[in-house]
Order: sequence, then C-alpha cells, then structure tokens
Amino acid sequence: MMTWSDILTDVQMRLGAPPELEPLARAIAYFIGAFMLVNGALVLALILIWVTRKVVSRIQDRIGPNRIGPYGLFQTVADVLKLLSKEDIRPDNADQIAYVLAPILSVFPVLMTLAVITFAPGFVGVDLNIGVLYLVALGSIGIMAALMAGWSSNNKYALLAGFRVVAQLLAYEIPMVLAMLAPVMLAGTMRTQEIARAQALYLGPINLGLGWFVFLLPGAFIIYFISALAEAEQTPFDLLEAESELIAGFHIEYSGMKFAMFFLAQFLNAFFLGAIAVMLFLGSWQGPFADQIPLLGPFYFLVKTFLVYGAIQWVRGTFPRLRIDQMMSFAWKVLVPLVLSLILAQMIIMKLPIPTWIGYLLILVANIGVVALMLRLMTRYLKQESVGTKRSFTPKSLIGTMAPVNQVGD
Amino acid sequence: MPELPALPSILELVFLAVALLTAVGALVVVLSPNLFHSALGLAATFFGVAAVYITAEAEFVGVSQVLVYVGAISTLIAFAIMLTRGMMYGTTSQRNRQSGTAAMIAALMFVVLTALMNAIPWPKAGEPITDGEAIIARLGSMFVNEYVVPFVLLALLLLVALAGAIVLARDRK
Repeated sequence: MMTWSDILTDVQMRLGAPPELEPLARAIAYFIGAFMLVNGALVLALILIWVTRKVVSRIQDRIGPNRIGPYGLFQTVADVLKLLSKEDIRPDNADQIAYVLAPILSVFPVLMTLAVITFAPGFVGVDLNIGVLYLVALGSIGIMAALMAGWSSNNKYALLAGFRVVAQLLAYEIPMVLAMLAPVMLAGTMRTQEIARAQALYLGPINLGLGWFVFLLPGAFIIYFISALAEAEQTPFDLLEAESELIAGFHIEYSGMKFAMFFLAQFLNAFFLGAIAVMLFLGSWQGPFADQIPLLGPFYFLVKTFLVYGAIQWVRGTFPRLRIDQMMSFAWKVLVPLVLSLILAQMIIMKLPIPTWIGYLLILVANIGVVALMLRLMTRYLKQESVGTKRSFTPKSLIGTMAPVNQVGD
Repeated sequence: MPELPALPSILELVFLAVALLTAVGALVVVLSPNLFHSALGLAATFFGVAAVYITAEAEFVGVSQVLVYVGAISTLIAFAIMLTRGMMYGTTSQRNRQSGTAAMIAALMFVVLTALMNAIPWPKAGEPITDGEAIIARLGSMFVNEYVVPFVLLALLLLVALAGAIVLARDRK
C-alpha cells in the first residue's frame, strides 16, 4: 500500500531530480509531514480549549466565552496573546537548565504521539512495527518532565506535587498498558495500521467497517478510558491540579508561555489518548463506505476522536474529584487485578480449540463479567464511604440525587 | 577539478546528532557537580542510546530502552536522589577514592567492547536484514520455548524483589 510519504517523494522525483537525490526527497517529504502534523496539533489545541470551555460551561448552565469572534472562537487566541506578552518570571535559585527544559519535555512526548496515529489508510507518519509499544514508551517520558518541573522550581510545594504526579501516572500506566494489550492480542500485531484494518467487518464483499474491538472488549475499553483519564490528569483524577481549589501543583512557579506549555501538553494529551482509544477500540478510520470514499476515513477518525474528547469533558463537568487514597487504591486494588484477569482469560480463550466465533463470544462474556464486577466493587465501596462520612443527603446512585436537602428543625 | 568529498548522507547527519547527545549526556553524568543534573544526563544518555538503536533499525530494542530506562530507571534514580535531601541541593565531588579502580574497569570495558565489535560478523551495507516483525515474533516464541526456564526464573526473581521491598517498607506495628 502507498503511504503519503511515498506519494510525496514520487511527486518530488518527477520534478526532474537525478535518482541519487531520492533519499533527500524522502527526507523533505518526512519533514513536510512532521511540520504539518505538529503545527496542526498546535492549532488543534486552540479548538480543544474552546470545546472544553463551551462544553463544561453548558453542563454547568453557563454560556462560556462568547465575546471574541463567532461563538467566542477566538477567545483562546486572545489568551495566547496575553500569555505571550506576560513577563517571564523565574524564581531565585531555580535550577536554570531543568527549569527551562521541563515545559519543553512535557510537550515533546505528546507531539511525538502523532507519528503513529492513523488518520486514514496509508496516512500515518511512520508505520512502525511496534506502534503500540512506541505509544506506551512515550507515556513514560511525561513523568520525567513533571519531576524536573517540580524539583527545579526550588519550591517544596512544587516538589511534593511532582511526587504526587509521578505516583498517579505510574499507578495508572499499568492498567492502561495492559488494557492496550487486549486489542493488540486480538489483532495479532502492534502496527497501528494493521490494527485499524483488523477492525473491518465484511458483509459479503462490502466492508461495513463496524468490527470495532469495543464490541468485543467493552471491559478493556472501559479500563483504558478510566486510566486514560488519570494519565491525562482529567476529572475525576485532577486532584493534582484542582484548579478550582488549589494552586496548580508542580507548575506553580511557572509563568507566561512556559505555564501555557504545560496546559498545552495536558489538552493535547487528553485528545491524543482519545485518539489512541479510537485507534485501538473504536475502529480508527473504519466506518461504512470508508473503503469506497477515501475522504470518509479522516472524517470518521476525527468525528470519533472528538466524540471521545467530548465524553472526557462530559466527565469533567459532571463528576466530583477523588481523594488521593481513593485514587491509588482504585488503581492497585481494582483496576490492576481486573485487567490482569481479563488478559489472562482472553489468552486462554484464544488458545482453546473452538471455532473463532465461540471464542469471540467467550471474550465478550469475560469482558462483561469484568465490567459487572467493577460496578459491584464500586457500589460497595461507595456505600461504605457514605456510612463513614456525614452527608446532607443519601446518594442513591454514583452521581447522587438532585433532591433538596431535608431541613431538620433547628 | 579535484574530486569533492562525498556529502554526508541524512542518516549520517542524524546519527551524528544522536551520538553527540549520547556523549554529552554521558559527560554530564560524570562531570556535573550536582547529582540531580547527573541523573538528568543519564536520562539523556539512555535516550540517545535508544535513538542509536533506532537508526540501526532495531526499533524494538530502542523503544524498549525508552520504556525501561528513560521511563522507569531514570525516574527511580531521580526519586532516590530527591528523597535524600542532603544530596539534592549542594554539590558533590566528582572524584573519590575509587577513581583508580574505576578507571581500570572502564579501560577493561572498552577493550572488551572493542574486541566484541570486531568479533561479531556485522551485516554489510545493502545486505538484506531480517524484518523487524519477524524478529519480535521470534523473540516472543523463544521466551516461551527455548528460554522458558530462565524467563520464568527472572520473573520469579522480580516477584521476590517486589515482595521484599514491600516487606521492608511496611510499617512495623
């Protein structure tokens, strides 16, 4: 299959260059692709921040930004201009090298993710044979950036917050990576394009494009989604930052554009973790008629990714924050055992000497069992919590009822 | 007209940049008076080595290097340094009583590596190499076939280390 880089190289070579310049043409093609992707991501961040503000304010019965541009679309541009013109304040005795490097290092792995994201058939930065492992490896670099920022600021609160970030990211990396293993085992490859192609559903000769792994692995998808929320430091796992009640954690000493870079990394990370969810579980560019009309591929991919991003913002606007002990015990005592048993069950089922469709059915049953168990554990825990803490009303569900508080006579 | 020397190819330029990063990182580890800077230099070196693997088309090794060394080992080292407050600020000397022994071991290491480099029959330029996917598949099947006993023993060792760490760190009531 031709990839975009082959096509671009071909176009350049047809301009009449001698054949020994082909490596140079290829390098230029890769440079153009990387330049477009990275700058596209930076522009995308403006849209993401606008979406977040609008969605969250609608959920909270507010209007959100509506002054600058149509629907307040240029509010973020104005904010960026403001941040650019701000004074760059550095704390005394900050470690200059690590202090400057940390914001760059936090954006770097997020942008590197773009290399293996499959927007359409043939449209991928590099078709790495270890695409999924590459994504996992990048996730571990962000931890170093948080530690560097916390330490180099020469502020004990920043350092403590840095430790907390590392604890959270390390804890949730394990269930996330193991949940990513489930679709990889099903597809039998780590190439992102191959995983996308494995999610086709043929009805005769026509590709319906609806063989998404989420229909087979709902349990793995839910575990991935929860861990991704924690990895992106989104609500309900944003206690490290908690912008409405605390100072902002490890980047407390940063100002101006350096501060903005941490936020850029956070927004883009949420979006790209959604994109990974789409690649691994929601069929990537697959969809009805995506094979016949190639332009539908990127359209489906972006629509799905924005829907996942919207779901993340929905959670952000709805759920309260977890305490740190709840967060850690949820990762180690609930998610890790569940995802391990899920992977083990899937391995055994895939090796059983039975027809494939029965195997798929068994995997689905195992996944639903995991989801049911997770819900059961959470309900039990929430009941215990509500006995332990005094509340103004009794929650009947996860979110709580909106019934008015019964006034007890004074 | 005299023959011009050939321009470096793009891969050579990339390798040069990567090698420079690795070497500078390694020098920072040894020469920096600040222990945390040494840890950061070590992370940079690990990253550079991973990039060297990738330029040599060993993507699996390179990415595993980033995952294990940059992601886990460097974080662990940085944590260890941070939790010992005395080391964190202030400076440490770059020399100690063991510098003689260390120099000897380093020289020996250099000799061994050079001998190894000469002993291994490297593939010539342009020679076909095994496809990356096939290498990963073979690695996986070898772990559960020929090398299953060492593999399981290693897993057991890690488990024992994990349990031991928990036992040591537990509150003694």
